[in-house]
Amino acid sequence: MKNISRTIQFLLGDKVHSVANISRDMTVLEYLRNHLKYCGTKEGCGSGDCGACTVVIGELANEKLHYKAVNACITFLTTLHGKQLITIENLTENNQLHPVQQAMVDFNASQCGFCTPGIVMTLYALTKNCSVPTKKQIFSALSGNLCRCTGYRAIVDAAANIGKSMMYGISVEYEFYVINKLKEIDTNALLNLSNEINHYFAPKSIEQLVRLLEQYPDAYLLAGGTDFALQVKQSNHPLKTVLYIGSINALKFIKKHDNILSIGAAATYQHCLPLLKKLYPELAQLLERFGSQQIRNQGTIVGNIANASPIGDMLPVLMVLNAQLTLRQACSSRQIPVADFFLDYKVSDLQLGEFIQSVEIPIAKSGYQLKVYKISKRIEDDISTVLAAFYLKIENKYVKEVYIAFGGMAAIPKRASRSEKALLNQSWSEETVAVAAEQLDYDLTPVSDLRASANYRMQVAKNLLWKCFFEVNNPTSLSRVTDYA
Amino acid sequence: MRKLPDIKAKQPSAAINAIIVGKPEKHESAFKHVTGQAVYIDDQLEMSNQLHAAVGTGQIAHGKIKKLDLTEVYKADGVIAVVTAYDVPGQLDIGPVFPGDKLLAKDIVEFYGQPLFVVAACSHQQACQAVKLAKISYEPLPAIFETKQALEQKSFIRPPHVMQRGNAAFAINHAPHKITGQIIIGSQEHFYLEGQIANVIPSEDGGVVVYISSQHPAEIQRLVAEVLNIPFSLVTVEVRRLGGGFGGKETQAAPWACLAAILARRTQQPVKLRLNRHDDMVMTGKRHPFANSYCIGFDNDGRILGAEFTLSANCGYSPDLSDAVVDRAMFHVDNAYYLDQVKIVGNRCKTHLVSNTAFRGFGGPQGMLTVEAAIDDIARYLRADPLTIRKINFYDESPQPKSANRNITPYYQVVEQNILPKLVNNLEQNASYQQRRIQICEFNAENKVLKKGLSLTPVKFGISFTAKHLNQAGALIHIYTDGSIHLNHGGTEMGQGLFTKVAQIVAEEFQVDRRNIFISATRTDKVPNTTATAASSGTDLNGKAAQNAARTIKKRLTDFVAQHFVVDKHEIFFIDNYVKFGERSISFSELIQLAYVNRISLSATGYYSTPKIHYDREKAAGRPFFYFANGAAVSEVIVDSLTGEYKVLRVDILHDVGKSINPAIDTGQVEGGFVQGMGWLTTEELVWNDQGQLLTTGPDTYKIPTVGDIPVDFRVQFFSDTPNPEKTIYQSKAVGEPPFMLAISVWTAIRDAISSISNYSISPKLDTPATPERVLQAIELIRAESKAGV
Repeated sequence: MKNISRTIQFLLGDKVHSVANISRDMTVLEYLRNHLKYCGTKEGCGSGDCGACTVVIGELANEKLHYKAVNACITFLTTLHGKQLITIENLTENNQLHPVQQAMVDFNASQCGFCTPGIVMTLYALTKNCSVPTKKQIFSALSGNLCRCTGYRAIVDAAANIGKSMMYGISVEYEFYVINKLKEIDTNALLNLSNEINHYFAPKSIEQLVRLLEQYPDAYLLAGGTDFALQVKQSNHPLKTVLYIGSINALKFIKKHDNILSIGAAATYQHCLPLLKKLYPELAQLLERFGSQQIRNQGTIVGNIANASPIGDMLPVLMVLNAQLTLRQACSSRQIPVADFFLDYKVSDLQLGEFIQSVEIPIAKSGYQLKVYKISKRIEDDISTVLAAFYLKIENKYVKEVYIAFGGMAAIPKRASRSEKALLNQSWSEETVAVAAEQLDYDLTPVSDLRASANYRMQVAKNLLWKCFFEVNNPTSLSRVTDYA
Repeated sequence: MRKLPDIKAKQPSAAINAIIVGKPEKHESAFKHVTGQAVYIDDQLEMSNQLHAAVGTGQIAHGKIKKLDLTEVYKADGVIAVVTAYDVPGQLDIGPVFPGDKLLAKDIVEFYGQPLFVVAACSHQQACQAVKLAKISYEPLPAIFETKQALEQKSFIRPPHVMQRGNAAFAINHAPHKITGQIIIGSQEHFYLEGQIANVIPSEDGGVVVYISSQHPAEIQRLVAEVLNIPFSLVTVEVRRLGGGFGGKETQAAPWACLAAILARRTQQPVKLRLNRHDDMVMTGKRHPFANSYCIGFDNDGRILGAEFTLSANCGYSPDLSDAVVDRAMFHVDNAYYLDQVKIVGNRCKTHLVSNTAFRGFGGPQGMLTVEAAIDDIARYLRADPLTIRKINFYDESPQPKSANRNITPYYQVVEQNILPKLVNNLEQNASYQQRRIQICEFNAENKVLKKGLSLTPVKFGISFTAKHLNQAGALIHIYTDGSIHLNHGGTEMGQGLFTKVAQIVAEEFQVDRRNIFISATRTDKVPNTTATAASSGTDLNGKAAQNAARTIKKRLTDFVAQHFVVDKHEIFFIDNYVKFGERSISFSELIQLAYVNRISLSATGYYSTPKIHYDREKAAGRPFFYFANGAAVSEVIVDSLTGEYKVLRVDILHDVGKSINPAIDTGQVEGGFVQGMGWLTTEELVWNDQGQLLTTGPDTYKIPTVGDIPVDFRVQFFSDTPNPEKTIYQSKAVGEPPFMLAISVWTAIRDAISSISNYSISPKLDTPATPERVLQAIELIRAESKAGV
């Protein structure tokens, strides 16, 4: 292939930074701390769950800069090519605190200080995205930053009182300067960072990706990497070939055409959030509790599917909505329902050399109701103990159509077909629901694990059917504890 | 010094205006925290020959080591040295009080994840890779994990201890009413954001310098010296700051320093040992889980006549600090209540788990939770509001000489200052407890799925180390010839703001600008033989020691001014960075230069030991605590009766910090302590498999509170105008641990919500942490009991 780049370049602060001959597995955190000795960014957990290593990434799209907070410990350095990396070291100029930092000082929002740089970076990204953040936006932004000392109140107050004069560092001229700096980096070439041990490519187009997959059919496709980075860091087995799809703009879409919502393989949760919330208001609560802001900024919906993990929060939802996957292989492509895609624990129907190009979700039809429940030990940023999705049409007090799926229960997310059958064409009554709830005993074989016992999972699955019944019949009542936030 | 600095040019500009103690001064490192410039151990510059260590562990809960083959470990990339128990030059036992804590297991593994060997390599990653290559075989031995099992087998790490007054059994049996109960109280991981870490640099004469994140530099010094078999004087330990401690770095920072020291001695290179999160969670001890039971006799009003408590802690495999932890649980099982005839038994169970250790509250929370559970049970039994029962049982308000016998604790300490009745009344009013009680009953009657709960619980927490000799501290102050003040003391800064408070105290003494005081890292060669920064005592002890040091120098300066300027001592005032005498004044810096030139010593140590305290453990009687810190909280929760999920809607706290030295910092301690306590009782669940292997080894599965878990409406106030009647530093009160226990109100509020399902006739059984699963279990049980008409 012609036009190949073997060096990655990104803006470190506002200066072009080049790195050649790097290990494919190196994270941004390792690079910052061990190579640059930028020690302001901390390692708290190394697994993307505490936010102590939060840094901000700026990306150029449609001539505009977009900023997002990510966990440096699960972000590969290679994925920074063509982007801007902003760390805590870049915020202060001549000992003049950035308004975010000043607010953190003014509101006594640091105690031991170890989580503080990460929190500052999270709030920095927040101010880039909302000029006057709402309480909800503040909570959402901070959901992935653990602090063990303060009890958060002071941090929230600081966030709510960041100086309104946010012109520091983001004047139009400065933004223009950064954009021009970013443009100095050649991002048109195919990035090839392969060495004797393993291969790494970052194709720019679907065609390049298809060709590379023909050449390396067992390659691992890297999108957000929030799960893959953990595998690499925790098990340390070097995978042979990695194809990073985050540089393929043609895969970064969410669009509605006719009655179908289509989401590309490289579209992040954060990217999809506004349209998903608009088309399926019921999903708002679920998506806001999906991982943390940092994870939503990186993770992709298709990645969640491709992983075939039983705890992917979107999977049961996609199943009841009868979403279809477009699977692409060389010059052929096929469509299969999401429900048929999962075969076993982390095993899917994906063939060698095949990849998920997009997922197609039918738009909610009028008269249908979607009810989604996420049950977890902790409300924010936790893996589901039970994820239940109900999609049903009630007409004249009869169940005309019903789809039920559960996640988090067993090896794969699963439709509750016997329960569905017990409801279908029956009266929407306590008696019917009681029968349908009993059928869940046959539909589901929940596991006991560190999150919950099988008994609890089964009990909750049944109770959620009751909850769905209650909510459908009492549409205006506040029936979830999260309604009281 | 040949030439003195020119200080005329930098005369103090602004007056201080107000006193410094009592002001909401910023944390001394706030600027450094928010800019990432605060240096933690792993951020320190490394030397060119820096080595990194990692620990190899046993993969069995209890077993004989048959073979420990480290051939592949030696051969691994970058490995420089490997050390086993056989290579320890000095003592292998690093027990802080009693022997039993092994630095490395020699023949027998006693918990899953126990350190067996340690490797030094050129990089952290190489060291971590290398330790995985060990080939170890074991001969399994029977293992105990549960407290119950240990009790049955009488497997104790320390002998049981009893505290009693009168004849509790008799009183219970002759009381009009009686309840019994059991509660299992879960563990808690400290989850300090900065994991355990030490960096050890070899020095001359076979000594070492240790940079570490530890709450107890002096003990690190002792243990490193003992392990290396060198005099204490050859070991220097420095602690600038900790990225969180919470008790987890009181004793359990030591093994990593000792292991790095052995490797540093052997390689003559600096060795850094940093535990990654998984290893930290597996290899270090946690809060003691307890299995407690109680039996209470009471009258028709709910007044407790007799009470028996059995508190049994799961200590893990070794003594560590467990003896004192269980003692403190016993000291706090009365909480705020007078227990007339009482017997308290404390068991220290030995199991094959990691050795549990200090954690904010140090057993106090587990004792307190037990009596609060019992009080709620009495209330349900009598169909009374739990707050009514709490009030009836409070220690008498002081001073109340007539009923003086209702203010003596089970260990015979008189509760001299009891502000709780007044404090609780204030809180009840301010938080509209009674009105909200009515509203909540209405809400619960109207709502089938969601149920609300409300609860007020008090805290009375004893301040002092229960081991008397630990209640001492030292400080060191130097004033340099530019007038700047260097301050050092034995306490460690772990975010609690100790350095800030002590600096305020010294600034107050000299009446100089707080910014004129530089607080340096805690070092064993500056202030020796210090006590751990623990038991909420940091400011009480070190603040007083620093005050004493400051006063020594101030006295010298005053004497000097009196003599030099021929003025009466009583006419000399330190004020606004100046010293004034009669009509004249000179700046503080000028005074210092003048004193220096006139050969006045500008350096002093300060020392403090807590007065009044004594305790006879044999008799279980005395005054173990200098004073009590108090507070109370009202929590309101909403619970989903179909899923067990809940949310904390509102919390009102009224807390007693005496006369606050720094309200901003004290507020942070109250809020942070409360939220940490909430985590302990709600979402923080540690799970082990049936082999004793910890499964929750990171924040992905172990859930500490996030921003979304804090009370929707969170109101914190101090109980105003109550200076500590004891002569503590500026009549303040300790604040580190007490607020943690205010969170018990969240747990009792959840129980209240569940109880509403039985129309408040049944007291639900709810072990902790009250995860949604346990809450739903309790709801199902209460539904079944209500139906059965129990």
